Amino acid sequence: MLEFSLDARRGSFHLQVECAFASDWTVVFGPSGSGKSTLLRLLAGLDSPDLARPTRGRIALDKRALTETSIGLHLPAGRRHTALVAQQPALFPHLSVAANVAYGLRSLDRATRAARVEEMLALAGATDLATRRPQDLSGGEAQRVALARALAPAPRLLLLDEPFSALDGVASDALLERLQLWLRENQVQAVMATHDVTDALAMGAEVLLLREGRLTALGPAAQVLAAERERLMVRLQGRSD
Amino acid sequence: MDWQAFALSLRLATVTTAILLAIAVPLAALLVLGRSRWLAALEALATLPMVLPPTVLGFFLLVLLGPRTAVGRGITALLGHPLAFSFNGLVVGSVIYSLPFAVQPLVAGFASVDTALVDAARLLGAGPVRLVSSILVPLARRSLLAAIVLSFLHTIGEFGVVLMLGGDIPGSTRTLSIVLYNQVENFDYAAANRTAAILLGMSVVALALIYSKAQKHGSESKTQNHGVGRA
Repeated sequence: MLEFSLDARRGSFHLQVECAFASDWTVVFGPSGSGKSTLLRLLAGLDSPDLARPTRGRIALDKRALTETSIGLHLPAGRRHTALVAQQPALFPHLSVAANVAYGLRSLDRATRAARVEEMLALAGATDLATRRPQDLSGGEAQRVALARALAPAPRLLLLDEPFSALDGVASDALLERLQLWLRENQVQAVMATHDVTDALAMGAEVLLLREGRLTALGPAAQVLAAERERLMVRLQGRSD
Repeated sequence: MDWQAFALSLRLATVTTAILLAIAVPLAALLVLGRSRWLAALEALATLPMVLPPTVLGFFLLVLLGPRTAVGRGITALLGHPLAFSFNGLVVGSVIYSLPFAVQPLVAGFASVDTALVDAARLLGAGPVRLVSSILVPLARRSLLAAIVLSFLHTIGEFGVVLMLGGDIPGSTRTLSIVLYNQVENFDYAAANRTAAILLGMSVVALALIYSKAQKHGSESKTQNHGVGRA
């Protein structure tokens, strides 16, 4: 279970959230600039140039503290068993797809590593891309590889920041379905940030509604996003008329 | 042609460049990735030799490494001889004098690497050493080449620090620049022309190498945008 209480500033932006995610799959929903990416970066343990560590806060995964500012604890990103897949795939351009996926598997022996890379590429639907270079991939292919690379070291927490924006609806739905099944089997908790109400509603997940850096609601998607759902229905109806 | 001075200059430049790389790569990575408020002061200190007159730097080092300071006496006790007026002393002086020419290109190169790639490597468990060796250095190859070439050439051509700290001892501290100075002082312009031509030729070849690599890298970069090549 992921629990956090954060108070962090970036210039005039102030993120102040306290929450516990019990569900396997939680969607952080909010408009652009509401603090979704900032929240995910803090959970991942990444410091950004403007926003260093949270000024005050605690992040714990399965009761194990990852960040605890009161005692100066801030585990580095690579030691939090947390993966982050962002909209920008950020594949290492000088490495092949297979080497990108294997990057976080240095502790494994060669055969195990190769098998793991194959398994992750298959999960992401990118088996045939193994020998390609990142610059030869389409946006959607690069996002699949980024997902495979993030999952390869077997994280306990997967953070997704609008990671499938370059995939078409059908491909995205199929990948999400496979991913959710795999995460359940491997007991990996997932948090996905999106500003797309259809994405949030389609998953039927627990939703955290974020506005201007504040938590405004937390609960089942249909309940938390009732107003957004209503607006979406009106818009769709308008189109069909 | 003073082949002894030529060989000494090459040896000095090679040793200096190797030491500079060992210092400059981690230092540049620290300056780019570090968060401490003291880093600006550290960068200013590393850049200082660039603006300091070489004779001033040579004089400071001569005093520091001489018998009048505790540092100089300590080194003499340790090595059995003073560093001033020796090849090793020249190496120390050259490393300090050429430090900014190794650090600055690397800082520029490392800073140009997309921070998303650095974040991705950190999330995948890369510590500082692996981050530098597997991500920053390969992606800043051109800057590394520039740092190597600039350090090497700057050391080959240095005069003020060499003269102050090393003097003019054949086979030990007499470099090509000192030979050129001596030839001009003796009105041997024919020999001076040959020595100057060698120094000029080395610089032209090195710069041609940098720019040809830069052109190649530029055409490669046009097809690379970190994983999203075509829509």
